[in-house]
Amino acid sequence: MQNTSKLVQEKKPSLWKGINRVRVSDFVIALVILLLSLTCILPFIHVAAKSISSNTAVLSKAVYLWPKDINLDAYASIFKDGQLTYSMGYTVLVTVLFTLIGMIVTICAAYPLSIKGLKGRSFFSFFLMFTMYFSAGLIPEYLLMSSLGLLNTMWVLVLPLAFSPYNMLIMRSFLVSTIPESLYEAAKLDGASHFQTLFKIVLPLSKPIIATLSLFYAVGRWNAYADAKYYITTKALQPLQYLLSNMVLSSGSDAISLSENAAVVSTPEVLQAATIMFATLPIIMVYPFVQKYFVKGAMIGAVKG
Amino acid sequence: MAQKAVINRPGKRRVFGVYFRNNWQLYLLLMIPVIFVIIFKYAAYPGLRIAFMNYKPAKGFDGSPWVGWQTFEKIFRDKDFHRALRNSLAFNFLDLAIGFPVPIILALLLNELRFPRYKKISQTVLYLPHFLSWVIIASVALNLFKPETGLINILMKNAGWIEEGIPFLTEKWHWAVTYLLLGVWQNMGWGSIIYLAAITGIDAELYEAATIDGAGRWRKIWSVTLPCIRGTMVTLLIMNLGRVMGSNFERLDAFGNVQVKEFQYQLAIYIYEKGLAGANFSRATAVGLFQSLTGLLLVLGSDWVSKKLGEDGLL
Repeated sequence: MQNTSKLVQEKKPSLWKGINRVRVSDFVIALVILLLSLTCILPFIHVAAKSISSNTAVLSKAVYLWPKDINLDAYASIFKDGQLTYSMGYTVLVTVLFTLIGMIVTICAAYPLSIKGLKGRSFFSFFLMFTMYFSAGLIPEYLLMSSLGLLNTMWVLVLPLAFSPYNMLIMRSFLVSTIPESLYEAAKLDGASHFQTLFKIVLPLSKPIIATLSLFYAVGRWNAYADAKYYITTKALQPLQYLLSNMVLSSGSDAISLSENAAVVSTPEVLQAATIMFATLPIIMVYPFVQKYFVKGAMIGAVKG
Repeated sequence: MAQKAVINRPGKRRVFGVYFRNNWQLYLLLMIPVIFVIIFKYAAYPGLRIAFMNYKPAKGFDGSPWVGWQTFEKIFRDKDFHRALRNSLAFNFLDLAIGFPVPIILALLLNELRFPRYKKISQTVLYLPHFLSWVIIASVALNLFKPETGLINILMKNAGWIEEGIPFLTEKWHWAVTYLLLGVWQNMGWGSIIYLAAITGIDAELYEAATIDGAGRWRKIWSVTLPCIRGTMVTLLIMNLGRVMGSNFERLDAFGNVQVKEFQYQLAIYIYEKGLAGANFSRATAVGLFQSLTGLLLVLGSDWVSKKLGEDGLL
């Protein structure tokens, strides 16, 4: 009894001290997080502000985070020129096809490989995964695309990367962990074929993972441009990111400018900012609504089976 | 023994026949990805023989002579290759050294954050850079870091801290720092998810016990949280070590310019410039093969180490 009360008395001051310290450190932590978060937003706000400011304001370096003399001339030139809008439509088409094909192939791999009794399961897993760990490299792949007749076609952006072993792994661990074996057995007892099980049981239950992986595929395709740089020389077949890289980053022979075709009303600075925003806005607008699916996917990927 | 085998064989075959009749649909499904990887991935492996030939695109595989290890001997004496290899290793190790602890620290901070709504919003914001392409990140970086017109330089000049704009992206040492920090920045939020997941899995009783023992916040992080996520940390560290031979062409390409070539020239750039741009197919293939093989060995090695340490393997 005595001992306990002594303990409690001893605890009290330290508890109070603890709370005070917590308040200060809470504030510090919140501040650090705030600063880090700002580094992820402010740069984009700055570019956005630039893109709708007047040329004189940007040239006199007076635009920070808030636009000056707001106008949409730069965006008007982008739409008038049409290169970027065309490329946007084309990239959407490529992304949709890529995601569709990628998901079909991924499901065809993940469902059989998630079934425990499947003979040859580890062989097939290894066969599909091996390419992830040992790639033939740029030149052999280039020659392969060439002999498949895919160079300078849209399909070179759609087909070769459409199956991702990593996404297959995520889907497989999802299926293994969420669909109990008893469900498969019940389906089997009811005389369902594997196809029926896939369509009636597995697919309806995997809606969340299908959403997540579709987003992984779509974002991956939307952002990638290395393969376009390797395999495509026809301007009309280059995806948006590649066009953006040629417009904003490149100063060499492959540099493209809008101003040749568009009525030049904006300086390169403003026009470039508008170009960057044009390519960034689709992602930023969709992002808040879909990011929770990504986070789920990252978690499943982390606990891989 | 022999008799037993004879008896067993027909039975086994019949069992397999039944098994296949029941499960052919699964194998039919599997054929789709299998054929897919054969056509688009495995079919590229025979092309690796270019590394041992003096390959001329006009002559094709049949017309080009075999040269054995000659191409490899050449690349190991090639100054450009030395530079690319040195840069790749140096930058990948630096990426790892800075990029590995930051997500852990961020996850600890996020976990300690008391205001749930604020936490959620800041997480959403912090994950954003992971979803933007390197082209967009590099383009935005130009708007911030150009010596004359970049926002950071303008602000620092206005504040009177500097006279001349700092060449963040056009002088090699500045470039190296900017390149590395932007890489860390791009990945920190996304990388923290995995640690936050691990932290969520820690038994709350451990914290209660620590509180009763009089542990403060930092003591709890040090003595409960960190030891509990050690496994995740080790696995990720080893996994990343397995990748030090890899390279991200898009990141290098997006940040590349003539002034920083000295450091930006890494294996991916070497292969692209010698191979596709310079049509020196044999040499680029040999370097690609070298990169793939050492990469594979590193992954296998790290998997082995990881299992030795009692953590989950990677494969």
